Amino acid sequence: MTFGIGDRVRVSGRRHAGHHRTPGYLKDRRGTVVRVHATFPNPETRAYGASGLPEQRLYLVDFAASEVWDTDGIDGRVLADIFEHWLEDSA
Amino acid sequence: MSHDHDHDPITHTHEPEAATRVRALAAILVEKGVLGEDEIRARIDWLVSRTPADGARLVARAWVDDAFKERLLEDARAAALEVGLDPGPSPVVVALENTPATHHMVVCTLCSCYPRSLLGPPPDWYKSLAYRSRAVSAPRAVLTEFGLTLAGDVEIRVVDSTADVRYLVIPQRPPGTDGLAEDALAALVTRDSMIGVAQPLAPA
Repeated sequence: MTFGIGDRVRVSGRRHAGHHRTPGYLKDRRGTVVRVHATFPNPETRAYGASGLPEQRLYLVDFAASEVWDTDGIDGRVLADIFEHWLEDSA
Repeated sequence: MSHDHDHDPITHTHEPEAATRVRALAAILVEKGVLGEDEIRARIDWLVSRTPADGARLVARAWVDDAFKERLLEDARAAALEVGLDPGPSPVVVALENTPATHHMVVCTLCSCYPRSLLGPPPDWYKSLAYRSRAVSAPRAVLTEFGLTLAGDVEIRVVDSTADVRYLVIPQRPPGTDGLAEDALAALVTRDSMIGVAQPLAPA
């Protein structure tokens, strides 16, 4: 599934054994796509000598810090690059 | 002084394990003909010869030229090439603009991704576990420790560069710099201001 700017997404909460680039603190968190980057080789297979194909699209996703952390009174935003196969539609 | 305790032999080489591994990997790549020693040396020389002055040129140009700033925000690589900088073979660089209402700071929580081609090697603190964990979870406190206290109504946007894109912050142009030439402006743009943990220097 391909996402566009403004789409509401959730970062998959699935566990992954081995190298990946999806920060644990953002798993299961909901955010909004604010930038659509290019596609890049998938680091999860490339890290082990494979081609990284098919490439995965990368998105800059904007999260409210208050939705990411339980800290009382926290404000601001956390933005992170997340590969498409870690994002779920959360409209 | 007594010396009756046990310890490992003291040697002259305290090379980290990772460095040993990288050295072995490089030797194998050379042996198999994938890379030449000269290519490895040239690439290392190029990377460590980069300095924050390159990024500062981009920021100063953006401060004096709105159309350039738009191009920098649209495609930082093309903008770097336009002013004669060498943005390197990859990765992608994205510029983010600070405004009176919005302050960006950059971290890589998973490792130490950094726009080396425009800023040179990252500072040690950028790679520290303390910065990497606290920048995302307590950004205001971290900024205060860097000496930067932002007004409560300024939105802090922490950008976690976790993958193939590197981020460069365009800090706000300092007040009192209206008459300054581009070179003088560039001298005010510090490395830390382009990571987003400080403001640029004030004019003399």
